Amino acid sequence: MSYYFTIIGTRDNPLFESDFGTSKVGGDGVARFKEEAKYMNQFIVHAALDLVEEVQWSNKELYQNNHVHCYLTGGNVKFMLLMNPDPSATTYSAYPTSPPSRPSTARQSTILLAANPTSQATEEAVRQFMNEVYEAWVKCIMNPFYQANQVVTSPVFRSRVVIAAKKYL
Amino acid sequence: MASQKIARQGEELWKTKIEKVNAELVTLTYGTVVAQLCRDFSTNNNPDYVEVNRQLDKMGYNIGLRLIEDFLAKSSANSSTQACGSFREVAEMISKVGFKIFLNVTPSVTGWSADGKSFGLVLEENPLADFVELPDDGRSQDELWYSNILCGIIRGALEMVQMQTEVKFTSDVLRGNDTTEMRITLLRYIEDEMPPDDE
Repeated sequence: MSYYFTIIGTRDNPLFESDFGTSKVGGDGVARFKEEAKYMNQFIVHAALDLVEEVQWSNKELYQNNHVHCYLTGGNVKFMLLMNPDPSATTYSAYPTSPPSRPSTARQSTILLAANPTSQATEEAVRQFMNEVYEAWVKCIMNPFYQANQVVTSPVFRSRVVIAAKKYL
Repeated sequence: MASQKIARQGEELWKTKIEKVNAELVTLTYGTVVAQLCRDFSTNNNPDYVEVNRQLDKMGYNIGLRLIEDFLAKSSANSSTQACGSFREVAEMISKVGFKIFLNVTPSVTGWSADGKSFGLVLEENPLADFVELPDDGRSQDELWYSNILCGIIRGALEMVQMQTEVKFTSDVLRGNDTTEMRITLLRYIEDEMPPDDE
């Protein structure tokens, strides 16, 4: 299944984004979002931000068959992870009613993480991923040439995020 | 043998007579200085890295003029020290005592030239450059020597002990090279001269 990870700064500006697919159990590490998903993902993540601001470490939010995890750093920077178990079953319609997910494809993904978004294992894995990213993030902002709320362009940071994703997701 | 004695002297000084400060404070402060210099000397958002290098060297020079007094006071309180007899001893003192007591690193002295007037200092670890990545604008990698203040410090300090030297970086891991190395060349020994008329 596919993940979309983004870091939002203190002014709700995106500082970093990356999408990837799972590399466990049969995935090949490539994200499989549909065409329109690119900007829909950002929209969903931003909408989720409002809830985050209400509750400080809100853990997940069911949204159109997607799930959003958020990790809040000390400097009020948010790491948001959006997981979608089966992107091909999600259709984005003009109406806000949620589409039914097809049961046949859903069965295949029972062993994958996002199929059980409430499970302990998922939360643990996401938490570990966020911790790794947090460490890489702290090192990145200690760079004297990085200004607060600037877009992160460091290739070192990007590769660390990707490695952490492979390890935990 | 003499170099081991010097090394041991450096260790002892480090352990007993030196007040210590948090390394991250030094790293972050120096990083801010360099970043601010890059902002100050930039036109249209293009930092003039050559000018930044020159400013770092000037700052280091002023530091070195004063630092040498501190260094001599600390190392001659330990009475077994005598003045350096040759440029080689100077190199050993700089690397094993000087760097040790001020930065707690011991660079290695390599690459002596044939006439003994020039050597290289290879730094295994550079505490000034922890967590630093050079900005990704294409030019900083070729033009900025991030730790250039060290060159100024050595040049200033040696000038106060009658040696005119030229100190330059030749490679830097921040630029993608394998090692961080600077080259120190003795130009001449300074004899006492009449002071120049201008200030």
